[in-house]
Amino acid sequence: MSAFLQFDHVSYRVGGRDILSDVSFELAEHETLVLLGRSGSGKTTLLRMANRLVAPTSGTIRFDGRDVADFDPIRLRRRIGYVIQDGGLFPHRTAAQNVAIVPELERWPAQKVRDRVAELLAAVGLGEATFASRYPRQLSGGEKQRVGIARALAADPPLMLLDEPFASLDPVTRYDMQLHFRDLRDRFGKAALFVTHDLREALLLGSRIALLHDGALDTIGTPGEFLAARTSEARRFLRTLDPEVPA
Amino acid sequence: MSVAWSEVMRVSGEHVLLVAAAVMIAVAVGAPLAIALTRRPAWRRWTLATVNVVQTIPSLALFGVLLPIPLVGGIGKRTAIIVLALYALLPIMRNIVVGILGVDAGVRDSALAMGMTRRQILLHVEIPLALPMILTGLRIAIVTTIGTATIAAAIGGGGLGTFIFRGIATADISTVLAGAFPAALMAIAADEVLEWLERRFTP
Repeated sequence: MSAFLQFDHVSYRVGGRDILSDVSFELAEHETLVLLGRSGSGKTTLLRMANRLVAPTSGTIRFDGRDVADFDPIRLRRRIGYVIQDGGLFPHRTAAQNVAIVPELERWPAQKVRDRVAELLAAVGLGEATFASRYPRQLSGGEKQRVGIARALAADPPLMLLDEPFASLDPVTRYDMQLHFRDLRDRFGKAALFVTHDLREALLLGSRIALLHDGALDTIGTPGEFLAARTSEARRFLRTLDPEVPA
Repeated sequence: MSVAWSEVMRVSGEHVLLVAAAVMIAVAVGAPLAIALTRRPAWRRWTLATVNVVQTIPSLALFGVLLPIPLVGGIGKRTAIIVLALYALLPIMRNIVVGILGVDAGVRDSALAMGMTRRQILLHVEIPLALPMILTGLRIAIVTTIGTATIAAAIGGGGLGTFIFRGIATADISTVLAGAFPAALMAIAADEVLEWLERRFTP
C-alpha cells in the first residue's frame, strides 16, 4: 500500500531539549494511526507537523508523496481536517457557521455550502432544525465535539488530525463519540492521525498504534501486536487495562 | 446666568470637536500599532510602558511641555488635540492588545489549522472576539478625554474649559457651571451609549 502520509527520520529540538528524536512511520490511505503516549511524549508536536503548524528540526514529512515544506501552508491545511480537545469552535459563530468555515474559505457557492452543512450536521447526529443556529456555549461537550468533527470533514479532506478530541468528555459520552467517530471515518473513507493517552481508545480506533516515549518511537503495530508488545513503556500502558501485566 | 445659551451651545460643539479629533487620531495611530504589538511580544512591554508613562504626566504639565515645541506645540487647538490624543492612546491600545491576546488559544489554533491567513484570523476571529474589550477601551478614552479636554482652554484650545477658567478667574460659579455641567452631561451620555454598544457586540 502506498504511503499517504510519511514521517521520515523526524526530529525536533527546541531550547536545547529533544522533543522528538528520529521518528519514522507511515500512514496508508483510509488508515487510522493512533499516536499513544504520556503527556510530554511529543505526540501532539508530531501531529502538528503534518499540517505545518510545527516544522521539524530535521527529517521530512510527506503528504501525498510531496514534502509538506513544499506546500503552501494555507492550501495544505485546508486539505487536512483538524479537531482538538475542546473543539476549538469559534464562539461567535453558530454550529452551522462553524461547519461552513473551510468551504467558505474555499469559496464554495452558497447553496453547496448549505447542502454540505446540512449533510454533515445530520451525519454527526445533530438535527439541523435544532442545532444549526446554536452557539457553542449552548452545546454540551459531546455536541461541541460533534460539530468539531463535522467542521473537520466539511471540505472533504482526505486526512484528519485529531488531538485528544474526546479527553474532556465523561466516559459514557466519550465511548459514544469513539464509536461514532469510527463510523464516520469509515463512511467518509478518511485517513486519520489520532493522538491520545488512553490505550483503550487507541485499541478501539487504531488500525495501528504508535507508542511514543520521551520523543522516540517505542512500539508500533496493530492493536493485536501492541497487546503482545514487551517494551517497558508498552507494559506500563498495558497495565492500565490489566494490572496483572508484569513490569 | 452670565453665559448666553447660544454661547454654551457653540462652545459645547467646540468641545465635541476637540474630543472627536483627539480620539480619532488616537484610534488611527493606536489601533494599527496595538495590532502590530500583539504579534511582537518583545516590543509590547516597552511600548505599552512608554504609553503608560505619558498617561501619568499631569495633563497641565504636558500642555506646558509641548507649548515651546515647533510644529506640534504652540498656543491653540492643534496642541490641545495632540495632547488629548496622547492621553487617549493608552486605554485604546491596551484594550486592543489585551482583547486580542485574550482570544482562546484553541480558537486561534483551530483558525490557523483550518487554513485561515493571518489577516483572516485578525478580521474574522480576533477582532470580533476582542470587540467588547476594544469598545471598553474606546469608552474609557472618550469619557476621560471629555474631562481632560476642559484643560485645553488653558492653552487657548477652546472648549468648555473656557467657561471654567473664566468662572474661576472672576469667582463666578454660574460661569464655572456653564462649562462643568455640559461636560459632565456629555461624559455620562457617551458612557451610556458606548456601554450599550459593548453589550450589543458581546458575542
